[in-house]
Amino acid sequence: MKIEIRDGRVIDPRHGVDRNATLYIAAGKVAALGGVPPGWHPNRVLDAAGLVVCPGLIDVSARLREPGFEYKATLDSEMAAAIAGGVTSLACPPDTDPPLDEPGLVQMLKHRARSLNGAHVYPIGALTVGLKGETITEMGELTEAGCIAFSHADAALADTQVLFRALQYAATFGYRVWLRAQDASLARGGVAHDGEVATRLGLPAIPAFAETIALDTIFELVRATGVRVHLARLSTHEGVARVRAAKKAGLRVTCDVAIHHVHLCDVDIGWFNAHCHLVPPLRSTRDRAALRAGLADGTIDLICSDHTPVDDDAKQLPFAEAEPGATGLELLLPLTLKWAREEALPLPAALARVTAEPARVLGLDSGHLGAGADADVCVFDPDAHWRVEPSALRSQGKNTPFLGFEMPGKVRYTLVGGHIVHES
Amino acid sequence: MRNPQLSSDGQLQHLLTLEGLPPEVIGRILDTAVPFVSIAERDVKKVPLLRGKTVFNLFFENSTRTRTTFEIAAKRLSADVINLNIGVSSTTKGETLLDTIDNLVAMNADMFIVRHGQSGAPHLIAQHLSAANRSHIHVVNAGDGRHGHPTQGLLDLFTIRHYKRDFRELTVAIVGDVLHSRVARSLIHGLTTLGTAEVRVIGPQTLLPTAVESMGVRVFYDMREGLAGCDVVVMLRLQNERMKGSLLPSAGEFFKHYGLTVDKLKLAKPDAIVMHPGPMNRGVEIDSAVADGSHSVILPQVTFGIAVRMAVMSILAGN
Amino acid sequence: MTDVALPDAEITLGRLADKMRGAVAFDAKLVGIHSGGAWLAERLAAMLDGEHPLGSIDVSFYRDDYAQKGLRAKLATTTLPFEVEGSHIILVDDVLYTGRSVRAAINEIFDYGRPQSIELAVLIDRGGRELPIEAKYVGARLAVARDVSIALQRRVDGSLELSLEPAGSAAGA
Repeated sequence: MKIEIRDGRVIDPRHGVDRNATLYIAAGKVAALGGVPPGWHPNRVLDAAGLVVCPGLIDVSARLREPGFEYKATLDSEMAAAIAGGVTSLACPPDTDPPLDEPGLVQMLKHRARSLNGAHVYPIGALTVGLKGETITEMGELTEAGCIAFSHADAALADTQVLFRALQYAATFGYRVWLRAQDASLARGGVAHDGEVATRLGLPAIPAFAETIALDTIFELVRATGVRVHLARLSTHEGVARVRAAKKAGLRVTCDVAIHHVHLCDVDIGWFNAHCHLVPPLRSTRDRAALRAGLADGTIDLICSDHTPVDDDAKQLPFAEAEPGATGLELLLPLTLKWAREEALPLPAALARVTAEPARVLGLDSGHLGAGADADVCVFDPDAHWRVEPSALRSQGKNTPFLGFEMPGKVRYTLVGGHIVHES
Repeated sequence: MRNPQLSSDGQLQHLLTLEGLPPEVIGRILDTAVPFVSIAERDVKKVPLLRGKTVFNLFFENSTRTRTTFEIAAKRLSADVINLNIGVSSTTKGETLLDTIDNLVAMNADMFIVRHGQSGAPHLIAQHLSAANRSHIHVVNAGDGRHGHPTQGLLDLFTIRHYKRDFRELTVAIVGDVLHSRVARSLIHGLTTLGTAEVRVIGPQTLLPTAVESMGVRVFYDMREGLAGCDVVVMLRLQNERMKGSLLPSAGEFFKHYGLTVDKLKLAKPDAIVMHPGPMNRGVEIDSAVADGSHSVILPQVTFGIAVRMAVMSILAGN
Repeated sequence: MTDVALPDAEITLGRLADKMRGAVAFDAKLVGIHSGGAWLAERLAAMLDGEHPLGSIDVSFYRDDYAQKGLRAKLATTTLPFEVEGSHIILVDDVLYTGRSVRAAINEIFDYGRPQSIELAVLIDRGGRELPIEAKYVGARLAVARDVSIALQRRVDGSLELSLEPAGSAAGA
């Protein structure tokens, strides 16, 4: 299938490309950029005038809710949401039911995903069996089945010795480990950031140092084991400072932030808006500013959506009882654009955080449009606005703090492996 | 973000929290409570204001005291009162909080008095009613988690006003477990809104919330220092589960440092009043000699509590 | 607005007192409906012979328009510092119009006890009754349009005056 994407503003952050050009796709790969390939007869021509053509977004954390939580969302709905959001690759955390601690579950998930002809799905395997924090999983088997890394999702891993052994084991075989920096006992029972807002609202709180104490522990274990660690969902200014210092001292770590924490802070909880009940909690304005600064100077490598569809019943509860999480696959691109505009960041730099950088951290040769690359492409209108309404979202999760907001950036075409899987 | 307590024309629609209520609204509730205090002294303690209205006392947390005062207040307004004790959590019954509300709405409820163990539950209910176009049904927060107990805050303000007149000249100390106290939070909002000269919180670090100064209070760890020159001393109840464990070692040690004794009370002004939301733990937060002494206005607080709740309900039901 | 010639409040009060003098029970209690009636009751207590204990009544909790209008902003406390049970009560109001305030006042008095009798004294009767209520003692009768309200004011020096206001401005019923 030969596809010509004509006259768009082609942005490929990895190769430093940002110019008006035509992209030529053939046999599922990028054939050429700019110069017409010899004997070119396209099956389809997409007019991309006024549109941005960039690598398909790579979302390193999107919960697809299968297996086990099909009443919240299914692979069908969430994969549709992904491509509607211009996401062509995604990694999903292991906290399904049962957790992804068996090769059979991983294979089934990959198989199911493949059959839907949507984004590439990269499962992240459970670090311990059942995510109970006691026994390490068969990481070898899980890697063979398709896991690209191992994590503990949001489950507590309170026993530091177990964590240490798990990291040693992973390091032995070169497996990547993704960790949330949160001290389990300090975070116990907390649902909001420990500060003025939680004090006024009377919500059980999680102090910022629950993150910094955990980071210090993780850094020590990284130094001791040499394991490759990615820190998932940074949330505090002190945490950003710690990572900056650790990277400067040569420690090999990467980290991410969820797009919601780039935009929102604890004040946005307002009168107990359960859509703002997130993990990690929305923190203070100072923390938010530090997260933005961390993205600007590269301390934070990438942005993800942390997509977590939650059914309405589970959100229509008093704040602390409501299930945490927000839907995000379809908001990752618009919210990234919004952030870029607010910070007057050049578009290529902003898009790098959701394309080239996630690819690098996941160890994938994607997120770029070099010749011969898989033709995973997102074509979007940066100036079109749309309103976040339940009907506008493909995801089954309509739980977002941005309900009713106007968003910039409408995806016009999404291509995966050279096939147009979404157009609007 | 519009204050969910007020209707679009600024009328009090619900009473969810004292935070953000204009001083005129608070003042009006206190003024309205004055005649209701006299009504309590008559033989016929009823007035016909809420006749024909149905008030549901929805208590998800047990509390005989508060429930009874609301029941008395509603009945003195001639309302029909239905008490629902839903125990620990509606979800243990399999019915969600909002499902319970919908069922009661279908039974022609006019007002919900809600006590819930989770902060924000009354707000959720008010929002739900608004979204379902049932804004004529009023919600009164009878205590939600740690967040607020606005009628208690109002009756505390009423009590202080009754004995002391002008808030702008007063130093008020709130002593004890502020961290877990919805009573303290509501009172602090009320006092700061009415321009109280100085509001102090006194307690150990373990029982004071983070950044509590941002609510407009001065923090004291030392009770003697904190009581010096106070016009009003409000003692908070220390719940059993806090008395041992990681927050406090024992009730005895708490009493030693933060219990109100005749001796410590001498540090406050000679005409200082002592208040307590009740029920009291004698010998833990307050000495019997003080609780029963001449400075104590703890019993009048109860009387005022009924009048204040009558005022709240009659203002809401008329809007 | 003033096509109608408003009578002088002080002169009318004098006429009302004349009518009441000698007619009311020697131990009758004078209960004024807040606020105009209360001022009048105070003045009458001084103008009539004998000891007439004073009370004042705020009918806000007994009004029949609560559902439409809600609770009034300014409330006064009903004060009846005597035993209502068995008393002769003279209810005093400034303007008698629909009769609803008087109905509310009577209901309220009965919640304090069972009086021996209640008589009604008003400064102005403007007709327009909506309930079967009449005053025994009337200072002056007046007819004004429905869209107009008659209000009694008390000047700084304590003297009283009548004025006309557009209806709906919280005045008489």
